[in-house]
Amino acid sequence: MTGYVARDRRWQPDALTPAYKSSLKRSPQAALISFPTTISEETGPVFGHDILGPLDADLIHNFAADGASAIGPRIIVHGRVLDEFGRPVPNALVEVWQANAGGRYRHRKESYLAPLDPNFGGCGRFLTGEDGSYEFRTIQPGPYPWPNGPNDWRPAHIHFSVFGAAFAQRLITQMYFEGDPMIPLCPIVGVLNAKEAVEALVASLDMTRTVPMDARAYKFDIVLRGRRQTAFENRPEGM
Amino acid sequence: MAQKLTHLRESPSQTAGPYVHIGCTPNFAELNGVYPQDLGNVMKTGVVQGREITVTGTVFDGTGTPLRDAMIEIWQADAAGVYPGQAGCDPNFTGWGRSAGDMETGEFRFETVKPGQVGFRDGRMQAPHVTFWIVARGINIGLHTRMYFEDEAKANAIDPILSRIEHQVRVPTLLAKAQSDGHYRFDIHLQGPQETIFFDS
Ligand SMILES: [Fe+3]
Repeated sequence: MTGYVARDRRWQPDALTPAYKSSLKRSPQAALISFPTTISEETGPVFGHDILGPLDADLIHNFAADGASAIGPRIIVHGRVLDEFGRPVPNALVEVWQANAGGRYRHRKESYLAPLDPNFGGCGRFLTGEDGSYEFRTIQPGPYPWPNGPNDWRPAHIHFSVFGAAFAQRLITQMYFEGDPMIPLCPIVGVLNAKEAVEALVASLDMTRTVPMDARAYKFDIVLRGRRQTAFENRPEGM
Repeated sequence: MAQKLTHLRESPSQTAGPYVHIGCTPNFAELNGVYPQDLGNVMKTGVVQGREITVTGTVFDGTGTPLRDAMIEIWQADAAGVYPGQAGCDPNFTGWGRSAGDMETGEFRFETVKPGQVGFRDGRMQAPHVTFWIVARGINIGLHTRMYFEDEAKANAIDPILSRIEHQVRVPTLLAKAQSDGHYRFDIHLQGPQETIFFDS
């Protein structure tokens, strides 16, 4: 039987996680209804390079005035998008967003007192290559406080939205930075049940990809659901 | 002990947070000049086949309050029941829509076509439906549901997924209601007595 491997719901976070207060009224209470993927989940939108502008993967410059650049520690984030069987996922659209180096988002509902950087917008996007690889440039975002408990802070992080080959692979997650002492204190990180699940979202400092005198590098691989492939089809497929 | 499986594990999901629109619909978020337009706001790129429809709705939390910081995506077949990217699909239809919802009310809106029927795994036909995916602050992993059409009662009655739902009393939470010619309403309730059915597929 082909189709996508079922999600491991013990590995993925629960809907209701009271320490993250916003989940209380936004979490479905009834059991999810399970069914094997159908063509509706096994297909998805296809994006081409024609949607990309030359600076889309360069957050240091894509909002900056001519000749200017965003303030903050310059970094390269790179890695691969793979499926659960280790196969590369080519042509995946990845969209990223983040706060500036002071921990401030460019958003009308954002009220943190840290200043905006006039040369930093905070969004970027790119497509993975044939081997699933990607790379973008940005500045390291700052940690920021948020209204949850009386003194909760988000560790520095970059948000990732990923489109693989099928809607079944659709995923939004966050990347954290190796060595950040704020990671274990965060209630949003805390929705993950396993220590290994947290580690899977922490990017490693990668000095081999550092550009000397320019930018340090972090490596962050992303894994999407795998598609089963078997030679033993004993039932005709619907399509 | 046994041999180790070498499969990788899916990356854990994390909430899209309150600022998902910065990344996914930056022009909507007043972050202009980075991308020429937001992806997914146009599903029809020319003259499309079939019946053109508008779908509107609101996502409500467990207190009945509309979500104004959600992102809703849809994915559907064309009017003939062919998914974009497959042989014979309507070249002027993307099948994929993304909506940030209205800034004040949270209401989402999609200008699309009524989808045709697509096959199930065993060769039966599925009733016309649109896949929905909802993310927002407070949602730890994207919520997957489907919108079916109230006016497709015959197809719905034998749909392989709708007919296997134990609590049939909940099936109406998946039915879009015709408001006027070509306008369907599909509200989504994350919690409460009208909680929408969500899927794990
Ligand atoms: Fe954030």
